[in-house]
Amino acid sequence: MIDQMNFLFVGVGGQGVLTASDIAAQVGLDLGLDAKKSEVHGFAQRGGVVESHIRWAPSVGSPTCEYGTVDVLMSFELLEAARWLDWLKPGGTVIVNRQQITPMSASVGDAVYPAEEEILAALKARAGRVVVVDALPLAEQAGNSRTVNTIMLAALSTLLDTDPAVWETAILRRVPDKYNDVNRQQSLQYQMTPQYREHRARRP
Amino acid sequence: MTKILLSGNEAIALGAWEAGVQYASAYPGTPSTEILENFARYPGIRAEWASNEKVALDNVIGASFGGARVLATMKHVGVNVAADSLMSLSYTGVRGGLVLVSADDPGAFSSQNEQDNRQYARFGKFPCIEPADSAEARRFVGIALEVSEGFETPVILRSTTRLSHSKSAVEARVPEKREFQPLPPFNREGGANRVIIPAVARRRHPEIEQRLRDVAAWAEGTAFEIGLNTIFWGTQPLGIVTTGVAYQYAREIFPNASILKLGMSYPLPLQAIRDFAAQVETLIVVEELDPFIEEQLQAAGIAIAHGKDCFPLCGELTLEKVRQGALKAGLLEGEAPEALPEKPGIQINVPSRPPALCPGCPHRAFFYDMARQKRKAIIAGDIGCYSMGVLEPFKAMDMLISMGASIGMAHGFKQAGGQEGVVATIGDSTFFHSGLSPLAAAVYNKAQITVAILDNRITAMTGQQNHPGTGITLQGAQGHDIDIAPVVKAMGVTFVEEVNAWNVKAVETALKAALAHEDGPAVIIVRGACVFTPHFHLQPRMRVDHDKCVACHACLRVGCPAILKSEVLYEKNNRAKTMIDPLLCTGCTVCMQVCPTNAINPFEESYGEGV
Repeated sequence: MIDQMNFLFVGVGGQGVLTASDIAAQVGLDLGLDAKKSEVHGFAQRGGVVESHIRWAPSVGSPTCEYGTVDVLMSFELLEAARWLDWLKPGGTVIVNRQQITPMSASVGDAVYPAEEEILAALKARAGRVVVVDALPLAEQAGNSRTVNTIMLAALSTLLDTDPAVWETAILRRVPDKYNDVNRQQSLQYQMTPQYREHRARRP
Repeated sequence: MTKILLSGNEAIALGAWEAGVQYASAYPGTPSTEILENFARYPGIRAEWASNEKVALDNVIGASFGGARVLATMKHVGVNVAADSLMSLSYTGVRGGLVLVSADDPGAFSSQNEQDNRQYARFGKFPCIEPADSAEARRFVGIALEVSEGFETPVILRSTTRLSHSKSAVEARVPEKREFQPLPPFNREGGANRVIIPAVARRRHPEIEQRLRDVAAWAEGTAFEIGLNTIFWGTQPLGIVTTGVAYQYAREIFPNASILKLGMSYPLPLQAIRDFAAQVETLIVVEELDPFIEEQLQAAGIAIAHGKDCFPLCGELTLEKVRQGALKAGLLEGEAPEALPEKPGIQINVPSRPPALCPGCPHRAFFYDMARQKRKAIIAGDIGCYSMGVLEPFKAMDMLISMGASIGMAHGFKQAGGQEGVVATIGDSTFFHSGLSPLAAAVYNKAQITVAILDNRITAMTGQQNHPGTGITLQGAQGHDIDIAPVVKAMGVTFVEEVNAWNVKAVETALKAALAHEDGPAVIIVRGACVFTPHFHLQPRMRVDHDKCVACHACLRVGCPAILKSEVLYEKNNRAKTMIDPLLCTGCTVCMQVCPTNAINPFEESYGEGV
């Protein structure tokens, strides 16, 4: 039984990171723990870096995680996983969406988006486990590209020793009805992927 | 007991409703905005956007005098705008409970400074209450209103970004009916304090000094009994005085210390702190930003072992910073948690992801044109999304300081004798906030400036709030909308031109004509709805025709996140041809207009469902 977890969800504005983190925090409460989540949303514009901390414990103090102690870094975008990697505790878990969203510094300026292999190598050098999820095509297959965040939550839920029903309830309660059929389908669909079967097999 | 997660802002709104607030007024400002947006949804109340923070405070002062419990909310720098009324409100006192929520921004995540507004409480001689999580935020609003009514004083409820925008558990049960005692009807008799002429001010000053002493005495006793101030006895000889979110860091880093947690950070219960200090071996203060508590304790002769010598004065506190401070002070055994990977890490260069104007943003063509005028014109900016005109690729802003300052600064800069044209850029909501009076002064003094009012039909940066220019009220009713052009003309501006925000050529022509205008200020109103408003309509998206693209990168100079470098090189200059991300493009056509080879064109009839 889980009694304490520090999660850091990161991505790019518009990917549904904040909604996903709301759901993850709610799951903590539903599991009978205390939970807090914290993010900074200053500018309303799309496309900036988004970070959201979620903490589960019998009694949570700080709403943000401590640098270098995150148990699970869940990145909705490939490059962002590298940006936030140092927050992960050594040996922690990274769940990363393969989707690439080119920042303006690379599209307009001279910065270079690192190669996928390079990023994954860096992740593997620090993390104990790196789970790569191809969430965008899965979301599109399920019928809506805006449900990438549900795919990511599905991936997370299979890695933790928690009842999947708790996650499903929290998701259905939080997201607009119009996405729910897609979300249900997604959860099922994810469970049919080789990635999922691999996760289940490796779950502690 | 079922618990739900609420943000600090949601909790303040709920607490205000439960405690009988009947009227609330605010001007949007991160991180305060969501308080009124949430409060506005509760039954039986009135909630309004005011045109600025001073108007918001003046509104609630009037309502308090009228006998209602009231709330005004604003960001920390908004309190500066309201400060004129606030400082004298302390002298007049209040009738219905009046709480001003100041949402401070340690870390300046979305602000121009990180001022510590607890100082206002000391400056203005009224109480400051600081919750440490959402449950406290909800409960403390009610206490703040009671204190306000009981002592006839305004009260600041201080939040911070970390409290306002964090979610923590609160009890789900909400009473069906609010329980509060309405005050007797307004009576003109006995209201001598409300008209603060000099003779009254002189009489009132010693009375408010006494009031502050009375509140301090309350803070020593009742405040502990009702759990506003709290002592947690630990097993260690270390004692900590702390307040607000800093308490959360302190209790995690020092789980065994004794903690005196101040729910009311001004005035301080000095005797209680002195007694606490006597029972611990080492006393430290953990607080965010200024040494507000620390200096008062030192002045009272209470020995502090550590405070700002170890915990940073600047920036937001974090667990890591408090741990580092504790290590520096020698208060923790051992080291910080392992920050280095066990295996040697691989360092990669992670490109930055700076904020940018959204695809389709109505400010894009204007800043593209301004960037081209830059050598000939100085640009005074203002607060809003258009502050991003200072960033790449435009770099089209020379000064920016506070809400409404652009017009006054532009005129002043010109008075310094420069030969350049001077352009003030100001948004629609900011214009109604504090652009009208500097424009009056500019007309009056025949200022030789251009004022570009970037009218995107909303208060955009704080998340799309309505304002006097849109006419929709906070509670969704149809109010009266004010058209900017006739207002400006009535003020005596002789050059007023409205221009379509997405027409690059038209904006450039208007700018040039305005800069050439010599009879007082020239005003151009660059009009186009923010992409997040219902008034914005998606158009067929754009595509780069690689047969025509010569990789000149003119389209990259419009700074649109949807425009990318492709992997296809143009053989003559060996540079990347561009491409457009169809998921991001809104079809605004600005890139199409600046392309010299007509390589960019619409390629689809319309968008699919759900985009």
